[in-house]
Amino acid sequence: MYRLRKWGPAILLISPSLLAIGVFVYGFLGWNLTVSLSDWRGLRPSYNYVGFENYTRLASDGRFTNSVGNVIVFTIVFVGGALLVGFLLAYLLERRIRGEGFFRAIYLFPMAISLIAVAIIWRWLMSNATGAQQTGLNRLFSSVGLDFLVNDWFKADQPFAVMAVAIAAGWALSGYIMALFLAGMRGVSDDLREAARVDGASEARVFWHIVRPMLLAVLMSAVVILVHISFKTFDLIFAMDAESRLIEMPAIYMWFTTFDSFNFNRGAAIATLLMVGVAVVIVPYIWYSMRAERRQ
Amino acid sequence: MSWIQRRSRAIAPAALIAAASLVLAACGGDDDDGGNGEGAQEIPTEDASGELEFFSWWTGGGDSEGKEALLQLFEEQYPEVEVVDAAVAGGAGTNAQAVLASRLGSGEPPDSYQRHAGAELLSDIQDGFVEDVTWLFEEEGWMDVFPEALLEQITVDGGIYSVPVNIHRSNLLWWNPEVLAEAGIDGPPASWDEFLTQAEALEAAGKTPLTVGPLWTQQHLFENVLLGELGPEAYTGLWNGDTDWESQEVIGALDMFTQVLEHSNLGQAAADWQPAIDPIVDGDAAYNVMGDWAWAYFETVQGLTFEDGYNVTESPGTEGVFNWLSDSFTLPVDAPNRDNAVRWLQLAGSQEGQDTFNPVKGSIPARTDPDESLYTGYFEMPLQDWGDEGVAKVGSLAHGTVADSAWKGEIDSALQEFVGSGDSAAFAAAVAQAYEDTRP
Amino acid sequence: MSARVDVPRDLRIRSRWGPHVTTLRYLALFALVCLFLIPVYVLVVTALKDPSQVSPRQMWQLPDALSLDTFRTVWPKLETGFRNSLVMAVPASIISSVLGAANGFVLSKWRFPGADIVFPLILFGMFIPYQSILIPLRQVLSDAGLTNLTGLALVHIIYGLPITTLIFRSYFASISDELIDASQVDGAGMLRTFAYVAVPIALPAFAVSIIWQFTQAWNDFLFGIVVVTRATHWPVTVALNNTAGSQVVPYHEAMAAAALASIPTLLVYILMGRFFMRGLMAGALKG
Repeated sequence: MYRLRKWGPAILLISPSLLAIGVFVYGFLGWNLTVSLSDWRGLRPSYNYVGFENYTRLASDGRFTNSVGNVIVFTIVFVGGALLVGFLLAYLLERRIRGEGFFRAIYLFPMAISLIAVAIIWRWLMSNATGAQQTGLNRLFSSVGLDFLVNDWFKADQPFAVMAVAIAAGWALSGYIMALFLAGMRGVSDDLREAARVDGASEARVFWHIVRPMLLAVLMSAVVILVHISFKTFDLIFAMDAESRLIEMPAIYMWFTTFDSFNFNRGAAIATLLMVGVAVVIVPYIWYSMRAERRQ
Repeated sequence: MSWIQRRSRAIAPAALIAAASLVLAACGGDDDDGGNGEGAQEIPTEDASGELEFFSWWTGGGDSEGKEALLQLFEEQYPEVEVVDAAVAGGAGTNAQAVLASRLGSGEPPDSYQRHAGAELLSDIQDGFVEDVTWLFEEEGWMDVFPEALLEQITVDGGIYSVPVNIHRSNLLWWNPEVLAEAGIDGPPASWDEFLTQAEALEAAGKTPLTVGPLWTQQHLFENVLLGELGPEAYTGLWNGDTDWESQEVIGALDMFTQVLEHSNLGQAAADWQPAIDPIVDGDAAYNVMGDWAWAYFETVQGLTFEDGYNVTESPGTEGVFNWLSDSFTLPVDAPNRDNAVRWLQLAGSQEGQDTFNPVKGSIPARTDPDESLYTGYFEMPLQDWGDEGVAKVGSLAHGTVADSAWKGEIDSALQEFVGSGDSAAFAAAVAQAYEDTRP
Repeated sequence: MSARVDVPRDLRIRSRWGPHVTTLRYLALFALVCLFLIPVYVLVVTALKDPSQVSPRQMWQLPDALSLDTFRTVWPKLETGFRNSLVMAVPASIISSVLGAANGFVLSKWRFPGADIVFPLILFGMFIPYQSILIPLRQVLSDAGLTNLTGLALVHIIYGLPITTLIFRSYFASISDELIDASQVDGAGMLRTFAYVAVPIALPAFAVSIIWQFTQAWNDFLFGIVVVTRATHWPVTVALNNTAGSQVVPYHEAMAAAALASIPTLLVYILMGRFFMRGLMAGALKG
């Protein structure tokens, strides 16, 4: 514990951040909430209070409920997929093998590419044009005789269309999840594992009692990061097929209704709901993890 | 010197670099604080200087050539002015509208921007973002040169707020003669019922009857199916409350739309209007309903010849009707380089400007005195029809002539659903309800 | 029964399935590499093809002759955006990392009342969907005259604070307090301890932070298009969307543009990649 006079510089060091977050996060959220309770439509601001009207309208708005359904499916497939692939990659790389750096670089590389670029590439790969126009993965499948794999990708029926987009997103982020898991696995000291083995524990027990708890901690971080990316997904959908109902997510709908139709109030309501959705997943995590820390 | 102190020496230079870069960004990023803000109602006479930032959504092949030609003409006339071509991609301007809205909302407009004449401009006018340019029309003598009907459409409360540069026709059916020949079809359908019959023959020959692109192109098709089925009076009534959306006739037209879509490549809808036309160019599809900017794509980009590689006629059921939309340029309030903006508008409304822009864009001039020798081939048809009193003129939905942004946004959502579900009654009810909801 | 050979302990095999497992491992890794590289293959191959060879039909074929023509066509369209992004992303990533380091240091080493509340409050900022604050953000920046690259950098710095704070807090938490105590004994105050002790030790964490922040700032589209007014100041992602967004074909231009736009982030990864893994292993980002 450090004494009072030491706290001064501490507060000083973090106060710019606190101020910035205070205004740019919490201040804006409050503003957003106000707009969502207003009747602001059109380019000129208008803050007349209308209660929860915008929210109740959203509940019966087919386009909104459709987008919520999509984002839920997307989150499940994307998060699940990225976790599985990331874990698999980490597991394969865990034993120090030759060329690890090379493999890691390849898997991490997609993260460096802008989601717009990812969307552009995957939009081409997932083209569902037929006949002479056939291209992308469909063409690849056809040319090697895997015709049964040819499908409509992100133009297929829901929810498959959403899953196709999740594939592209998963490709972009699996490497990062791999890095998280790998770091976690490596973090478990080899000595500890050796000791357990010397004591006669089988590989399985070593895994269960030593590696698994650490993995759970990493898993939690990974899930949190993935879920929040999933809810915020905008660039990817926008560049892939912006106006398609099949893959529309709340973030995209918010964009169109705000900046295209100038329904600022409805846009703000969608945004608030987005945030609430993220909070529902995140807040328990933060609380749990702070508690775990205090226990240590 | 301890290792700690030595290491810390690296921090200072790093900090300096960071700070310097930030300063650099600041220097490059400051906006000019020019422009007088107050609307002087006269054509500027001093030598032109400074910048002209023109904001549009014309970025792709077939869209941008006209704009580029006009900007180039401006550059030739005012070599001292730096022309900034600010364009944001996204067919028919969905993305650009979003960027423009945030700029207008924060009081930092471009020097001039593109908007469709008609209902689309309404919210800009009502919210006070564009200047009244009636004085410009009077000074240039444009009141006599632009057609009455057009002037009426763009006058709001006695004021004119934009300069129309062109007239585009929406109700056009484009086709590939070879494809029709291969399927044994004589000519394009005169009605949508005939189209349905032809569709069977086309599909038997392995051709896609009709191609579509993203949502706005489907809306484009939609308005022309409605027009073809309902006729000009009933169609116009849809947009001003005269026609009942839930009436038998309209529901029937909506059902027809669903049937037409069944013979389209909706499942493989292209990502933009140009790739939607590609299958026709390639000989895999027969028809596409698109405005006459498609001409620029066929001729200029694809290098085909009119009547040989491609052909065009009024879309089924719309003979004798001109479904129009007009690109117009505005004078934003507080334009940073207002003098240049005025010069730009002056050029855009002039005969020279319009005759530079239109032959390349695929449209006809809004003015009634074009140099007709420039408008040959395909252009003869729209030019004649536009000037013909007997041809009924109706406004386009998809391109902002008849529906304001709020209502159109609701129609977009409802259409998105309708295209997937085919439920005409639900769609009609949604649109009618949305009309009520969005009246100011 | 395999003979026991003197190998480094990591490679020591536990059963006679050992060598087979390793081969399987390599096979799986290579298969996954191929899958992962499919998009990259398309990207690179298309960008390097002669424009006349680019068509949906020939998508998967290797170029007949390597050609830099497409790059030459596309570069002028991206050039301004490239410069803008660079000028914005470099200071943004460095500054937000430094601020994050300061926060992380204070929050992990100096337990003052309220520290346990401050951290979650900062962290929550990370999970805000940016769409929900676009409107007021635009208004505030416009009022402050910051609808330009400086404003964009500031935006990235501020919204990067939660994750950089998280990175450094986790990292410093795993550093023993001894070093801090030692510098205290030497008479250094908090600021000096931070600058001369904490920062040098935290280089791996800086790697993680700068890589992440640079990638975020460089690849961002949303803030770039809403915050920055002037087209001449738009970041490269906007230019990328303009090049490839209005038309699907020509593919080659879209691919070349995407490739060019990805180079800086790749470079950052290559240069700092080593430290990245080290940083992650040392606990940066652990929950």
